[in-house]
Amino acid sequence: MTTGAVITGVGQSAVGRRLGRSGMSLTAEAVLAALADAGLDRADVDGVSTWPGAHSPAPGFSGAGVFDVVDAFGLNVRWFSGGSETAGQLGAVMNAVAAVEAGLARHVLVFRTVWESTATTLAQGRRASVVGSGAARVNGWTSYLVPFGAMSAATWAALYATRHMHDFKTTREQLGWLAVIQRQYAGLNPKAVYTDPLTLDEYLAARPIAEPLGLYDCDVPVDGSTAFIVSRADATSGLNAPGVRIEALSSALGGRPDWFSYGDGSEMMATEVGRDLWTRTDLRPSDVDCAQLYDGFTIFTLMWLEALGLVPRGESGPFVEGGTRIDVGGDLPVNTSGGQLSAGRLHGFGHLHEACLQLRSEAGHRQVFAAEVAVVAAGGGPLAGALLLTRER
Amino acid sequence: MASPQPDGSGHPPLPELELDNRAFWTGGGRGELLISRCAACRRWLHPPVPVCRYCLSTDVISTPAVGTGTVFSFTVNHQPWMPGMAVPFVVAVVELDDEPGLRLVTRLTGVEPADVRVGLPVRVVFEQHEDVWLPLFTPREAA
Ligand SMILES: [Zn+2]
Repeated sequence: MTTGAVITGVGQSAVGRRLGRSGMSLTAEAVLAALADAGLDRADVDGVSTWPGAHSPAPGFSGAGVFDVVDAFGLNVRWFSGGSETAGQLGAVMNAVAAVEAGLARHVLVFRTVWESTATTLAQGRRASVVGSGAARVNGWTSYLVPFGAMSAATWAALYATRHMHDFKTTREQLGWLAVIQRQYAGLNPKAVYTDPLTLDEYLAARPIAEPLGLYDCDVPVDGSTAFIVSRADATSGLNAPGVRIEALSSALGGRPDWFSYGDGSEMMATEVGRDLWTRTDLRPSDVDCAQLYDGFTIFTLMWLEALGLVPRGESGPFVEGGTRIDVGGDLPVNTSGGQLSAGRLHGFGHLHEACLQLRSEAGHRQVFAAEVAVVAAGGGPLAGALLLTRER
Repeated sequence: MASPQPDGSGHPPLPELELDNRAFWTGGGRGELLISRCAACRRWLHPPVPVCRYCLSTDVISTPAVGTGTVFSFTVNHQPWMPGMAVPFVVAVVELDDEPGLRLVTRLTGVEPADVRVGLPVRVVFEQHEDVWLPLFTPREAA
């Protein structure tokens, strides 16, 4: 069982803090790299998909939209999609899979660009990740959070963390091991933003942001663009790169789409996604060789481990403790690029990029031995989506 | 003793008042925590929606909740997310006594951050800002 879609090209711009480049400049670098990687001419691209589209409620949150890219590259596409109401950030990839399966396109260019680091500087401290900042009034689901001072996903994630700790005796040290191991991976990733070793003591001593979460529980805003080519499986002959097959995906949505009503309070919409993913493949969680799991905050990764059935409910804390199981030689290497905590917040697209490198055996010193199956998950709270990928043989 | 809270100058943005949420945000003017409730199956619905997600009845009305509950989860927020915001302050999810699973996000007032715990019994108090009465929660006096 598999989808009819293959990732035939990957590309990424420079990634870093305050690069001083525009969103479109970063996008161009990533898109050109992805096309070259696939061995495709721009005339072959007949679809474009992105998240969240050009609409940018906050500085640097979106670096380019569908129209920008079609215009800049002189494309002529038959199908396109951009918007934030999708199954997490990777919903843009899932839409592309659906499009090629439906015969609406053969080669879809999928991209996500952020330039929050530079944009925040230009906006004089107004941060993309702070909801409602600068607004006169707020509406929609954020209006039930922001007026109480819950203006950042850090605060919302902390509410899950407290409950997870309460229900399962999860500890700060356990969250810390995730940050420490990811920093270790980042040291092996030339593109990572923070590469100096991080000790558990340093993690514990860091300033609190929203207790129980501290500085090193939070991902880091960066500038960067990541692009992929999602192709129909029957349109890949003669292309350059080793293919990465999209085995299965899940985009479920159930329960109230807010940050405080779902389930027992220590799980997210990810639970719905995890439930569906394994009904769409013959593979099992035990087949996964590496996991790239959203880490806007450490607690999210723990919750994704459980949601995807990679560890039993409530046991993610003990699983990551000590770090050996999630390290490169461990049972389940997790966030092998350094993740968003250390490599930078590329909004799930960095995780997908890393999964492709791993399955193509191009991950350098952090390469997971014989990686054949990878799972990628993106999103927190009501946003959630997951992809199961395999190395094409 | 009141713990530090976001002060007037650095107060976060208020909610836009709309047809379906107005009762929730203004009920405090009458001292009432008004929560949407299905008249047909009696289930509570928060955030407010004009159709019942349990029985699909559109007979949903704003109803006074008892105004008491327990702290379901919380965070002591140390980061000022906007200029002038006083920290630390406590953001909490409160589960209302009216129905299991009926939760809302709020800010706790009148309690030291160190004294907050999951399960703490709390009651609603209202804090007026312009045309909005924010439902905050404070510890219930020991019985
Ligand atoms: Zn009903």
